[in-house]
Amino acid sequence: MIKAYFGVDIGSISTKGVIVNENNEIIANEYLWTEGDPIGAVKRVLEGLQKQIEGKNVQVVAVGTTGSARKLIGVVLNAQIVKNEITAHAIGTMSRVPDVRTILEIGGQDSKIILLNSGIVTDYAMNTICAAGTGSFLMSQAKRLGLAIEELGELALKAQSPTRIAARCTVFAESDLVHKAQIGHKKEDIVAGICTAVVNNYLNNVGKGKRIQAPIVFQGGVSKNVGVVKAFEKILGHDVYVDEYGHLMGCLGAAILAKNSGKEQVFDFAIQDVAFITKGRECEKCSNNCEIIYVYRNDEVLDVWGNRCERGLAEA
Amino acid sequence: MEQYKISFPHIGKNHIPVKKVMETLVGEYGEVILAPPITKRTIELGAKHSPEFVCVPFKYTMGNFIEALEAGANVLFQIGGDCRLGFYSEVQEEILREDLGFNFTFHMLKITGGNAKGVYDCFKDMNPKLTMPKAAAALALCVRTIYAMDGVERYIRENIGFELEDGALEAIEKEFLKEIEKADSVLQIGGIYKRTMKKLEAVPINKPADAIKIGVVGELYVLMEPFSNYFIEKELAKFGVQVTRFITASYLIFSPQHNVKKILSQAEGYCEYEIGADGTDSVGKSVVFAKEGYDGILHLKPFGCTPEINSIPIVQRVSEDYEIPVLYFSFDSQTSETGVKTRLEAFYDMIQMKKGGKLV
Repeated sequence: MIKAYFGVDIGSISTKGVIVNENNEIIANEYLWTEGDPIGAVKRVLEGLQKQIEGKNVQVVAVGTTGSARKLIGVVLNAQIVKNEITAHAIGTMSRVPDVRTILEIGGQDSKIILLNSGIVTDYAMNTICAAGTGSFLMSQAKRLGLAIEELGELALKAQSPTRIAARCTVFAESDLVHKAQIGHKKEDIVAGICTAVVNNYLNNVGKGKRIQAPIVFQGGVSKNVGVVKAFEKILGHDVYVDEYGHLMGCLGAAILAKNSGKEQVFDFAIQDVAFITKGRECEKCSNNCEIIYVYRNDEVLDVWGNRCERGLAEA
Repeated sequence: MEQYKISFPHIGKNHIPVKKVMETLVGEYGEVILAPPITKRTIELGAKHSPEFVCVPFKYTMGNFIEALEAGANVLFQIGGDCRLGFYSEVQEEILREDLGFNFTFHMLKITGGNAKGVYDCFKDMNPKLTMPKAAAALALCVRTIYAMDGVERYIRENIGFELEDGALEAIEKEFLKEIEKADSVLQIGGIYKRTMKKLEAVPINKPADAIKIGVVGELYVLMEPFSNYFIEKELAKFGVQVTRFITASYLIFSPQHNVKKILSQAEGYCEYEIGADGTDSVGKSVVFAKEGYDGILHLKPFGCTPEINSIPIVQRVSEDYEIPVLYFSFDSQTSETGVKTRLEAFYDMIQMKKGGKLV
């Protein structure tokens, strides 16, 4: 019987899961859309993973969760560790590139930068107010140009003279782009311009004031866009490494953290068949109107959160 | 004759001493009507009736004013400052009067830099029986109360992360605030303070010698009004962290330490002249934390706060020179609480890893 560890990263857009062995090697992985139903997505991930490990004599002994639904899923799976995505990404990436100094990450809605030194996170930042320059921006611009998001990168590489596009703000970038298209710039030049704009925007916002040192790893959905990768390399003057498992670093980190927690409890995949429901209710005890969430397994309350004070706890 | 019904915006728990001093100053001619405690409704109302791009303290205090007027207030006080805060009162008065149709008298007090005479004149108009000695006594009581409250809060901030029994320290503070609300002499407050500190120190805590220490700097409102920063100090302390903050009411209004020369000397090598408002202090105090071997700094500001935006690149230099990580937050009326918690947790993990601790 091989001991294994399950990590799951439940993001707003996609849910990722891996099972790793004692050497942090990935023995099964799954990647699918969350579709606004984190519990359902996790069940589907479990189903996929279970098929991949069938007959391999693997037993999952610890579970880690990360991503924006980590708390909810942590309760549902009775996880050994529930960890924020910044730490999870750093741990996951270091298991693949031990001497990494800079992790650039651009996802669908958020972007972050993590700086490391000798295997320790020394600084990080995450986009705060605005989602400019993330995957959703690329998605909407691809649509405007009548392209599939997957085509953008290859097309950008064909550009001879990339169009200059304002990088500060998505709204300005968009009007700039429309204008440039209408006065006759070529599509590939515009696409290359968008890729450069994403990079400049990222470096000016998230990467502002941070000393970016090699080795540099780039991950998150946007790292699949080779045009953005090239733009990063050009602007930073360093090679940028994109891991084939780049999209799995969060859940990989969660699995490793679950292993390192030292806590073990055999995980039962039959949890897929258990009904978990969440119910929301507004507490009306004061004008805060806290939205309280109850998590039920079958009919039993597993956990309650969202209340700011004790008064909200009563009456499930 | 109509009675004066005085109100003012909240900032932390400072309504306790302010209410007390104002009650004495207005005497038999009026009363103090506290704005209802800040809730989601307060900020929703405030944001609705404020310019979209104004800094968030404007929106909170606007909400306080509206809720106070609804509760019957007819005299409002706002403070002034050296940044956009200097325009708050004029804009808020106009919105409340012209747009919302409320009827009230509005006063702007500049409280820093010893404007005691201005405060006195303002209340003398309302209360002809007010005398200088009476006002001086009320002010002394207010000063003592603020110092006592800040002292208690400081102890709690630095130790709440290590208490063995959850809520023990806060229970004592609650009791303390109740007593101090009733107290009416400087001597009494001194006694209450001493007793409270003894009680606090008697609460068993488990604080390791190398406990993680994090300093908090930034704009005064979001530092001092926990509702506006999602109770960030308490969230941070829960990880088992000693939280330190220099910016308090007693420091800002009364402390001799709060002067340009002193602050510039703390920021030596980083600022030659003032950034404006409290920006220089964010740099100065960051240097102090760095020199004292703190493990990290939180820099908090309202979204769009110009003095603090100007302080950030300089604080970043302090961070590089002393290798002390800084986590920056911008707050507005709708900041995701989860986002704040995620970043805080990652910040704590980072420091924990640096110190060679285990992630749990």
